[in-house]
Amino acid sequence: MSIDARFRITYPGFALAADLELPGRGVSALFGPSGSGKTTLLRAIAGLERWPDARLIVNGETWQDGKAFVPTHRRPLGYVFQQANLFAHLTVRGNLDYGARRAGAAAARVDRERIVELLGISALLERKPERLSGGEGQRVAIARALLSGPQLLLMDEPLAALDLARRNEILPYLENLRDTLDIPVLYVSHAADEVARLADHLVVLDAGRILAQGPLAETLARVDLPIRLGEDAGVVLDAVVVERDRQWSLARVDFPGGELWVRDSGHTIGSRVRVRILARDVSITLERHEGSSIMNTLPARVAEIGDEADPALALIRLHAGAATPENAPEPAGAGSSAILARLTRRSVAWLGLAPGMPVWAQIKAVALIG
Amino acid sequence: MLSAADVDAVWLTLRLAGLTTLILLLIGTPIAWWLARTRHWLKGPIAALVTLPLVLPPAVLGFYLLVLLGQEGPLGKLTQALGLGLLPFTFAGLVVASVIYSLPFVVQPLQQAFAAIGERPLEAAATLRASPLDAFFSVALPLARPGFLTAAILGFAHTIGEFGVVLMIGGNIPGQTQVLSMAIYNHVEALEYGEAHWLAGGMLVFSFIVLLAVNGRNWRRSP
Repeated sequence: MSIDARFRITYPGFALAADLELPGRGVSALFGPSGSGKTTLLRAIAGLERWPDARLIVNGETWQDGKAFVPTHRRPLGYVFQQANLFAHLTVRGNLDYGARRAGAAAARVDRERIVELLGISALLERKPERLSGGEGQRVAIARALLSGPQLLLMDEPLAALDLARRNEILPYLENLRDTLDIPVLYVSHAADEVARLADHLVVLDAGRILAQGPLAETLARVDLPIRLGEDAGVVLDAVVVERDRQWSLARVDFPGGELWVRDSGHTIGSRVRVRILARDVSITLERHEGSSIMNTLPARVAEIGDEADPALALIRLHAGAATPENAPEPAGAGSSAILARLTRRSVAWLGLAPGMPVWAQIKAVALIG
Repeated sequence: MLSAADVDAVWLTLRLAGLTTLILLLIGTPIAWWLARTRHWLKGPIAALVTLPLVLPPAVLGFYLLVLLGQEGPLGKLTQALGLGLLPFTFAGLVVASVIYSLPFVVQPLQQAFAAIGERPLEAAATLRASPLDAFFSVALPLARPGFLTAAILGFAHTIGEFGVVLMIGGNIPGQTQVLSMAIYNHVEALEYGEAHWLAGGMLVFSFIVLLAVNGRNWRRSP
């Protein structure tokens, strides 16, 4: 199970060269600023646009190679557009049936009731699309795509057209799907927080080029990339809730290499959560500071120091966790996790930071992202 | 009141308009679909050709049709060779002329309706396993339904009202090619204003109701 894609796309004022190798399961995010070619790439993968210089092999089946081209309607995929794009002349039920009927055996394997329930649309079935809110429409569109029994789900910024409240309404549904679906999802987004929350695998695009691709945590922790991420530079850690402190409404989560206190958001002990730590919220001290308002201080080692776009700033990759071997610039080992810190260059010089140095990471803010 | 000849004329006119509208919907739909979606260089010329009857004096159109369909015309020779005989001054000739004359009134609303649908619903259909033909019938046609109604009403009403083309190609043969507008003209020529009033007044009321129906639908559609 994998997706192997190679596209060379050029039109006036734009060129895209992408070689992708994506895992056959989990959510792969195509992440990049507007105009980086994410949507173009996704449409090419769907066959909605046909470019001559391309090769696309999905789960061993050739969808496009040289002259061979499988038209969109013969590709077992689901596509969720930026706008819900529902058929205005059909009810919600009619929209759901549309793909399900045509997909035949593939759709029969889908547990329809579960998807309708997962997306919370069972009360909307008899409505016409014009009577749905933006968030409801998008949930119906996602269900419609899933009910056709796709082997690959493509999502083109499904939340971009929604306001913040609607986005937050849908994100939990998407997380739910991520955890229950067994098909690969390609998720296009320019919003770092969505990617941090949903993705397992990350492809970073800029101006038609792939800057990096790999597992989410590893790719986010690269200090040579966050230049493009700017304020969004940071890492995502997979953690487990191990303690809930009711007096202060806090929860303690464990991750490989340490523990963090976060605001208690109702997760039961034992639940797996993701926490996001932005580089701008991490500072470094040489000794452990007592008498600070900062709750989370982790022992760590400097792994790598990278440049930021701003000449006054530097980005430091730290490996949090006692098991971190000395002088290990490579990805954090099993017992440790990489964390990014953004400091001024002056601070780096003043503290004399260098790879291998033991330090303390002070973390001002940790976001629990589901 | 209406004479038997007048009733014949009304009946003939309704048959002509009905048949013309039916044919126009059948041939106008693919033309409109193509015009709404193509980027072919022929789009401009074809669109102009389809719209031509809108601006051309009916007498000019009728004259050329008469020449083309006549005994010495290329189309006339063709219809004779096919054993259909000559079309001018027959009901079939009227239908052919009306189809050409009313073409823009059917194609334009359809083209607008198809263009208004845009690419997106069809792309969604493709990602849901619908072939292009399937998507045309299951998505494009239902979404363009208001356009079809407008097109049918306009095509029908416009065919009923024609005069110049009918006079040229059909002559004025009672029971065969004498349509309503001809009958009115004959009454007026004969100074039978009473009879002319019945027919003309009927047309006036009919046209008003048609426009009311079209506009009413449009009002309801706008939010």
